[in-house]
Amino acid sequence: MALLQISEPGESTAPHRHRLAAGIDLGTTNSLVASVRSGVAETLPDAEGSHLLPSVVHYSAENKAVVGQAALSFAQADPLNTIASVKRLMGRGVEDVKHAGTYLPYEFVPGSSGMPLLHTAAGDVSPVEVSAEILRELRIRAEQTLGGELQGVVVTVPAYFDDAQRQATKDAARLAGLNVLRLLNEPTAAAVAYGLDKGSEGIIAVYDLGGGTFDISILRLNKGVFEVLSTAGDTALGGDDMDRLVADWLMQQAGIDAAAGHGQQRHVLQLARTAKEALSKDEATAITVSRDDGSSWSGSLSLDEFNSLIAPLVEKTLGPCRRALRDAGIRAAGVQSVVMVGGSTRVPLVRDRVAEFFAAEPQVDLDPDKVVAIGAAIQADILAGNKPDDDMLLLDVIPLSLGLETMGGLTEKVIHRNTTIPAARAQEFTTFKDGQTAMSLHVVQGERELVDDCRSLARFELRDIPPMVAGAARIRVTFQVDADGLLNVTAEEKTQGVTSSIEVKPSYGLGDSEIESMLRDSMDFAAADKDARRLREEQVDADRVLEALQAALATDGDRLLDAQERCVIDAAAEKLSELRNGTDYQAIKQAIKAVEKASSGYVERRMNSSIRDAMAGHSVDEFES
Amino acid sequence: MAADLSKTHFELFGLPQSFEVDMEQLDSRYRGLQRAVHPDRFANASDQERRISMQQATQINEAYQLLKDPLLRGRYLLELDGYQLDDEHNTTSDVEFLMEQMELRESLGTVREAGDAFAALGLIMDRIAGDIDERIALLQKQFASDSSERFGLIADTLTKMQFFRKLQQEAMELEVTLEDEIS
Repeated sequence: MALLQISEPGESTAPHRHRLAAGIDLGTTNSLVASVRSGVAETLPDAEGSHLLPSVVHYSAENKAVVGQAALSFAQADPLNTIASVKRLMGRGVEDVKHAGTYLPYEFVPGSSGMPLLHTAAGDVSPVEVSAEILRELRIRAEQTLGGELQGVVVTVPAYFDDAQRQATKDAARLAGLNVLRLLNEPTAAAVAYGLDKGSEGIIAVYDLGGGTFDISILRLNKGVFEVLSTAGDTALGGDDMDRLVADWLMQQAGIDAAAGHGQQRHVLQLARTAKEALSKDEATAITVSRDDGSSWSGSLSLDEFNSLIAPLVEKTLGPCRRALRDAGIRAAGVQSVVMVGGSTRVPLVRDRVAEFFAAEPQVDLDPDKVVAIGAAIQADILAGNKPDDDMLLLDVIPLSLGLETMGGLTEKVIHRNTTIPAARAQEFTTFKDGQTAMSLHVVQGERELVDDCRSLARFELRDIPPMVAGAARIRVTFQVDADGLLNVTAEEKTQGVTSSIEVKPSYGLGDSEIESMLRDSMDFAAADKDARRLREEQVDADRVLEALQAALATDGDRLLDAQERCVIDAAAEKLSELRNGTDYQAIKQAIKAVEKASSGYVERRMNSSIRDAMAGHSVDEFES
Repeated sequence: MAADLSKTHFELFGLPQSFEVDMEQLDSRYRGLQRAVHPDRFANASDQERRISMQQATQINEAYQLLKDPLLRGRYLLELDGYQLDDEHNTTSDVEFLMEQMELRESLGTVREAGDAFAALGLIMDRIAGDIDERIALLQKQFASDSSERFGLIADTLTKMQFFRKLQQEAMELEVTLEDEIS
């Protein structure tokens, strides 16, 4: 029998500081920021009271970037400098963009890192930088509303985003000066927002059709644990495509050439979007198209006509739904409820088809535009440590298989899609020539057999392999996917214990040095002294380490440590506390390392003790039931 | 590293070492363990704790996947008994089994010619799933037996199951390809 632990009065756990945290939904069309205030998660409005920030950035030669509604007003007059739907370009290569260029009216220039740059009046900008402008705007909004610096954020991404797209999103957040606690999949965030943990159990589907992306996730809910069983989708399918279809129809009706100018196209596209929105309530809508020559066309679009225009697109979402069900090993009838997310689920045909497919009435109680940000805010609040007793847990999966290129341009899968993360797997390779000292590896993501049909993530060069006869070397390549769904690859030569050097070259991303230089160049840090920033960063880190350690020691320090071990840890912590108030950032950095070293045995003991507690807790549950 | 993880996967989950697994108990222990070690619990901890948490959560995920899956669980049980299943050299001489393999492979090859390719593929996938279920039932009997030949029989069943799994994988890949083609 366990003894109750009674702490002495006044000696209980360290006083808790509320940490400012926020959830950010970085959308194709609109972005939002939400936070938990007085126990309620809500989206934060701007000064004019609007919650949605249009994901649009306008660049001009004289001013810095303008974001949101203000930028949107330039769309027609200055289309080439007004960047919208940049999410579609995140983590994409020049080749992908050539295809997208047919409907994204920007001037692209190839960048040095395989990533396309957008040519604007303020110079060439990468999609990551454009996204960082949007995130920075949201950060400022949150910090002004909440009255302090954000300690951490959860940024949402489409569940079907690949590694390059996730990494690009995280880079953008870093560039905007945000500390990313977690990248969270949008459908999972929506499930959290629906409060589906509170008492509800069973299988649910989240159908998320946004401006430019589509996701379907199948989740199992059980006692506060959200376990994603499978996910599928299309990262280039959404409401934007509906607008495009309606715009094409309008141009045809109005006799406007497909080669019309950017301004004319933006005008028609805006009319198409307005018509789509009207048709979520009305049976028909009147439209007037102004032509560049001053003449105009007037007509109307009925709901039936609209439905037949977009029907193929809606059908296209059902393929991933079938695949997600099959991967989850669930039949459509086994799904208890379907949650609808994303502005495009307001379209009646979408709701009807989804209801029919799952034979369940879709849940639409929450605003489909806000639900993702709200879920992210709830998760951010928990990750920031504001709710130590909440036992909500999200277990997510990787959406697409990760693999390596083998002989003949074929893909060898290393980690399969829908594997729960974090996940790791090692694969052994050998040399095929005598004395071979280098080997190149190509990491890809996707389900197809041919490498060319998969997404190229990175190319690795393994060097310093000890020269041996062909086939004698044992090179172990380890794939580790973290809780953000991001891949890390390491390699080691086994027979002689040599760790081969690895050179990472992301296929469509930024190298660490590029991000560093962008950080230096960015507005926020241009004026600030570099050392002052480093010092601030180390101080924040020191506070985090000390606070976590004190909380741990108060909980189980007496139980898991003997007096001498405790002394060593306390001494290291005291040293760090002292240095933290100084100005030598390198000394602080070293003191943090020293604390981590001193407490490494304790950390492992704690982890094992919590595993034992988890098992013991279950025995009690089972005894009671 | 951590003492708890040097245990067998069965011990880690507090389950008896057996082919029969109480799935409800496995699921609930999995959730309990992840609640204790998942990186979300350590989002504010030191780099070191976050690293350990990721490693442990990874190992628990791996153990869970293995225990949940009859094929992997079967192989693991043989390994624990010191019996290595050899992937490359273990060919089977069961003619009936080989015929079925060929037949299934052939019908996968002709799916595109069917009026509704997805329906045709669905039927094949159902049949493969049925074949796998049959093998699971057989494994249950074989693992329960105390005959001295059981390891050889189990190895044979597992090898065959592996073939069906491979077919299943190919069928799923074909489905993705077909979907890409229509879009």
